[in-house]
Amino acid sequence: MFDTLSGRLQGVLGGLRGRGRLSEEDLTKALREIRLALLEADVNFKVVKDFIAAVKERALGTDVLKSLTPGEQVVKIVHEELTGVLGGGSSALAFAGRPPTVVLLCGLQGSGKTTAAAKLALHLRKDGRSPAVAACDLARPAAIDQLEQLGRQIQIPVYSERGSSDAPRVAAQAIEQARSQGRDVLIVDTAGRLHVDDELMDELVDVRKAVKPHNVLLVIDAMTGQDAVNVATTFQERIEFDGVIITKLDGDARGGAALSVKTVTGAPIKFGSDGEKLDALEVFHPERMASRILGMGDVLTLIEKAEDAVEVDEQEEMEKRLRAGQLTFDDFLKSYRMMRKMGPLKNVVNMIPGLGKQLQGLDVDERELGRMEAIILSMTSDERQRPQVINGARRGRIARGSGTSVQQVNQLLNARKQMQKMMKQMNSGKTPNLQSLVAQQRRGG
Amino acid sequence: MTTSFAELLGDEEPADEGDARRRRFSRLRSGLTSSRKALGRGLTGWRYDPDDLEAWEGLEDVLIAADCGVPPTKEIIDRLEAQRPKTNEDVMVALSATITDIASPAGEPHLDVSHKPAVFLIVGVNGAGKTTSIGKLSYRIAESGRSVLVAAADTYRAAAGEQLEVWAQRAGADFVGSTRGGDPGAVAFDAIDAAVARDHDVVLVDTAGRLHTQADLMEELLKVRRVITTKLEGAPHETLLVIDATTGQNGLRQAELFQEVVEASGVILTKLDGTAKGGVVLAIGQELELPVKLVGVGEGVEDLQPFDAQEFAEALLGSDEE
Repeated sequence: MFDTLSGRLQGVLGGLRGRGRLSEEDLTKALREIRLALLEADVNFKVVKDFIAAVKERALGTDVLKSLTPGEQVVKIVHEELTGVLGGGSSALAFAGRPPTVVLLCGLQGSGKTTAAAKLALHLRKDGRSPAVAACDLARPAAIDQLEQLGRQIQIPVYSERGSSDAPRVAAQAIEQARSQGRDVLIVDTAGRLHVDDELMDELVDVRKAVKPHNVLLVIDAMTGQDAVNVATTFQERIEFDGVIITKLDGDARGGAALSVKTVTGAPIKFGSDGEKLDALEVFHPERMASRILGMGDVLTLIEKAEDAVEVDEQEEMEKRLRAGQLTFDDFLKSYRMMRKMGPLKNVVNMIPGLGKQLQGLDVDERELGRMEAIILSMTSDERQRPQVINGARRGRIARGSGTSVQQVNQLLNARKQMQKMMKQMNSGKTPNLQSLVAQQRRGG
Repeated sequence: MTTSFAELLGDEEPADEGDARRRRFSRLRSGLTSSRKALGRGLTGWRYDPDDLEAWEGLEDVLIAADCGVPPTKEIIDRLEAQRPKTNEDVMVALSATITDIASPAGEPHLDVSHKPAVFLIVGVNGAGKTTSIGKLSYRIAESGRSVLVAAADTYRAAAGEQLEVWAQRAGADFVGSTRGGDPGAVAFDAIDAAVARDHDVVLVDTAGRLHTQADLMEELLKVRRVITTKLEGAPHETLLVIDATTGQNGLRQAELFQEVVEASGVILTKLDGTAKGGVVLAIGQELELPVKLVGVGEGVEDLQPFDAQEFAEALLGSDEE
């Protein structure tokens, strides 16, 4: 996520870090680089101007340059400003005193409204709500079918009225339906429309009037360029949205849209969607995202994901064993399955401070992980607990049993050893050097 | 010189085309008006002065704001500086010429329909407008007197097939459907079989949207392409990448990867009727020499036009009457 921007900013800021002295010239040069990095990341050019001016003013205004760690100070300022640009404000939805709470989604064609509607519904249900979705995209062929199919997939009711072209009416009736069926949240999907299409924008205003939503969310594609600002401003003027869902974060979007929209409209980004699966919708945390962009990792999200994925006592027990420097293949299997539950490995890796950059360009092969599972499952429980008993003959058997080669079994045995070593290092407070670990594994070490 | 749809397909132009051409011209213009206004506004009050750094920066800002990207902007400014224009007028003419030059690396756009059946594979990221573009394209090609078959090889997105079928009906095109979760390669295979059996001229294969970064999905797309090639030698005759005009510099990465993996032969630039300027095609033209062949400028079936670099540049800069 935001890798290009992240890489460039880290490059510039890395050069500042750890320097005892920083001249105004150094700073100006660094800021010029940051400006280019932001522009290439599609951040709106006006936003970039303000951003650079703000950083510069703060960096020159206080005694930053004279301090003992001027580089770190500048990084801190950039981080804070970036957090400011990305968010502030609550990312929570407003819930109505008398249900149903109505959430209206709007946006351009192809920004991902329909998928976002289904994802949001699933997200809310996980939070203990009972959502429903209203299919008010009456323009795009088969949009209702799409939503109904998604609804069936996640077992959430979809209210629609085929053949109607009166979106405000369909929306209003959906509210009645939600009320009578005891649904406490109604998500209203609407047709994609260009912000310059007055007729369709009028229709959206009518829908808004008809349903009196408690939340209006603009759905915007993370890959949007400079135009994001025009789109957001116009929707803001006409529809007054109060939050943003940013989609397609799983591409290599450079994040310009995310960085610009909040600044020009003041509406916070509330959710980010980063995958094709319907559970790939996350609450957006500006501070954490800023950290991720600057390569500081996002340990909080990682911990939350881990907490979601593992039972608490299981976690404690595993932690105890890891601290003792023991790592059995059962632990291996457990942690592997836990990782799988946390989502694609690539996303997880980026949340660990410093790790994303170390592993950049390294393709994490999820299939290889599947192979690993097969190998472990071909071991006896004794072998899993005491890996040292695995001799040549056993290796051959395990390889045959798992449909792999002895070499692949060896690789896994070595990986466990390395991992155990790493755990010991971590316990002693050192950050493990993963690149050398990976290199060792690559050599079949 | 604007390319007509007939020319795009390599046909003789009908005699009464003049009228249609004027209509199309004004349609493209009205589609591009919002773009033009935005950029035109950007340059209103802009005074050219070769020695004024701020004037150059102002120009830079305008190009950046149009999503042209940093390297093409630099290229355009460099070329402009080398020409040492004297007046505002000079600048506009030179700018338009430079943009035209960068935007159409391969000259006039052309779609290869010389084979029977000619197979076009349509690819792109999610939400770019693939299905809609295929709908419009099938209509335009059918209009040229060719019989078209559309194949719903987007087996992933819910109701993608239904959406395409509605378009096929509108265009009077034949339709080969699929089941959700089915094998997209098999759909393409069946479609070519059907096209040969039913004597169709052109096959348009819709595919599921996929982000270019998803290696496994790109691999799947390559497989679809291979199936087509195996089934019909020389096919697909065009692999068209659909890019949303609102896309920023990420569009370059998209083009790069789709070109690398499935050998994209051209771009369909959609949603030009908003305020987005689609400047990213300059980066694509400059870096990859991948030509834009079609632009989408509205919701109607008529609103898919052959790309015209000169028009694009002029509309972008707002340098015509007004």
